Amino acid sequence: MSDATLPFVTEAENRVAVATQRQLIWWRFRRHKLAMVSGVIVVLFYLVAIFADFLAYAAPFETQASRSYIPPQGIHFFTPDGSLEPYVYAMKGKRDPKTFKLAYVPDPSTIRPVRLFAHGYAYNFLGLIPTDRHLLGVDGGKPEEVLFLLGTDQLGRDLFSRLVLATRTSLTIGLVGVSLSLMLGVLLGGISGLYGGWVDTVIQRVIEILRSVPTIPLWMGLAAAVPASWPPQKVYFAITIIISLIGWTELARVVRGRFLALREEDFITAAELCGASRLRIIFRHMVPSFLSHIIAAISLALPAMIISETTLSFLGLGLRPPAISWGVLLQDAQNLQTLGLAPWLLVAAVPVIVVILAFNFLGDGLRDAADPYG
Amino acid sequence: MLSYLLRRLGLAAITIWAITLVTFVIIQLPPGDFVDAYVAQASAMGTAISAEEAHALRLLYGLDQPLWVQYVKWLGLVAHGEFGQSFEYGRPVSEVIGDRIWLTVALSLGSILVTWGLALPIGIYSAVRQYSFGDYLFTFIGFVGLAVPSFLLALIIMYVGFRYFGMNVGGLFSSEQALAPWSWAKLWDLMGHLPLPILVLSLPGIAQLVRIMRANLLDELRKPYVVTARARGLAERRVILKYPVRAALNPFASTIGYLLPFTVSGSIIVSVVLSLPTVGPLLLRSLISQDMLLGSTIILLLGILTVIGTLLSDFLLMWIDPRIRHGQH
Repeated sequence: MSDATLPFVTEAENRVAVATQRQLIWWRFRRHKLAMVSGVIVVLFYLVAIFADFLAYAAPFETQASRSYIPPQGIHFFTPDGSLEPYVYAMKGKRDPKTFKLAYVPDPSTIRPVRLFAHGYAYNFLGLIPTDRHLLGVDGGKPEEVLFLLGTDQLGRDLFSRLVLATRTSLTIGLVGVSLSLMLGVLLGGISGLYGGWVDTVIQRVIEILRSVPTIPLWMGLAAAVPASWPPQKVYFAITIIISLIGWTELARVVRGRFLALREEDFITAAELCGASRLRIIFRHMVPSFLSHIIAAISLALPAMIISETTLSFLGLGLRPPAISWGVLLQDAQNLQTLGLAPWLLVAAVPVIVVILAFNFLGDGLRDAADPYG
Repeated sequence: MLSYLLRRLGLAAITIWAITLVTFVIIQLPPGDFVDAYVAQASAMGTAISAEEAHALRLLYGLDQPLWVQYVKWLGLVAHGEFGQSFEYGRPVSEVIGDRIWLTVALSLGSILVTWGLALPIGIYSAVRQYSFGDYLFTFIGFVGLAVPSFLLALIIMYVGFRYFGMNVGGLFSSEQALAPWSWAKLWDLMGHLPLPILVLSLPGIAQLVRIMRANLLDELRKPYVVTARARGLAERRVILKYPVRAALNPFASTIGYLLPFTVSGSIIVSVVLSLPTVGPLLLRSLISQDMLLGSTIILLLGILTVIGTLLSDFLLMWIDPRIRHGQH
């Protein structure tokens, strides 16, 4: 007699009984609304990172001293006669009669229509296709001159475009850093959990030592050792390696814990008795059953990586200009004088907070769902 | 119990040794030494330093000897409390650091005390009054505390204080007391300036501990012995505080080892942003100018103090928690 015909078994229970582990995890995860929303936010952020060049409308390095510290300018959506035609005012240089300082102010007499998929600075779409189309642009003029959605920095560079491009750097550095930590963590945690004995003791002591040392001074010391003459890409990888050198301990702890727990499971013993090789047991039987835990641990480790990079860059020890990351952007907002003059520079804090919150909620949801039988 | 004590002591000793080694290596990593940086700085200022002069400087500071000799020499000096000369300031390192290390300790310890002092009652409240307005409020604040990096929090608070309250929240002393010798008035001045940095520094720790405390206490409160205690007519206060809270206190015990390094780390950054006269800004400066002995001494002192602090709290816990005392750890 098959399960389907058993009395007193509801349709739902039946569904659960035959569901694969992956389905169970998905069902459990779907119940965590906050985690679902956070997942969508994280995906959106990574889409921004992928299409950063397309979303940015101003060349990120184009400086113009006369346009420094222009406050954010909104887009006007309706023309005075009420038709929907987005436009912005052109900017006009005006001398302050008292201080004789040249300031750029909106000039309501000249309007510039905002266009979608307009021409802008040239770039390679997805790094492959040369183009100059951007999501936003203006008719009759360069967007760098009139479009200031989030204002400009001291050198007159558009903050919105730089923020979008910074998203790419900051999010990928997290991913690369986590991959490195994961390699170290799985390798050392796996060895530790699998072999036990003195190897385990040594690795555990190393982890304990690493975790009992204040990490920030250590990171600062390592990051300060990165030569100032290195090109941005090299600095990028050096910083990633530094961050992951200390960040692997938590992942190693999770992996070791899972290995220890699984080693005692009956199905592992059964596989051993059937004569399966050690590698087969690890990759065919153990890894699938703790993969979900690893994914959850990763999504909790990512925000820590992002915070580390942002902090180091903010202190001036991480990525350095011309590289653009959230930390580099926030470095401009470091002192009160600048903040008083241009408070919009703090806007780079918003994506940092949103992404970290989203990753934390997502990680929480994934961790709860990782063990669908629990 | 004795073996536990000895194991802890041994691990602390190894950790301190590892710290000395690692910090020394770190500061050695950048290509070029202090003299290179000094020569570059001098030429940028318009004065040239000849190769002979550079060589003489290297001899003076022992930079011409192999690394391990420099390390052993440095270690010997450190053991005597001599941290050598700061290249940049031309004064003994211990003098440059001065009170700053103790202000760092005061800031970190204050933050830990505040973290515990606030996390404990908030955690209990959130668990006992689950899903109440207060619970949601604290959960929200907790998530903000977790998600906002401490330097960002300091930056935002500094901006808000400046923009809306017209005050400069940076520093630990008012301008007239900053250079004055220690006195009661100065201490009072310090007390007035400490709460804000301490709050900024303790928020992430509070957020974490409240979350753990709330979850653990909720688990505890659902256990049958709590029902029994209630059924027997114990006062609600006693029911909660006597057993479930004590059992749920475990995370306070297990996280202390990580809370201290975490707080010391945070204090560096918060100090840089709020320009507090702790070792934070000094460390940043010395690392940027490659002032090797000053930088390594600060990292070393921070590391050693953290290890000692963790060790002391371990012993304290052993004294409080019978489970550790009787070797069931």
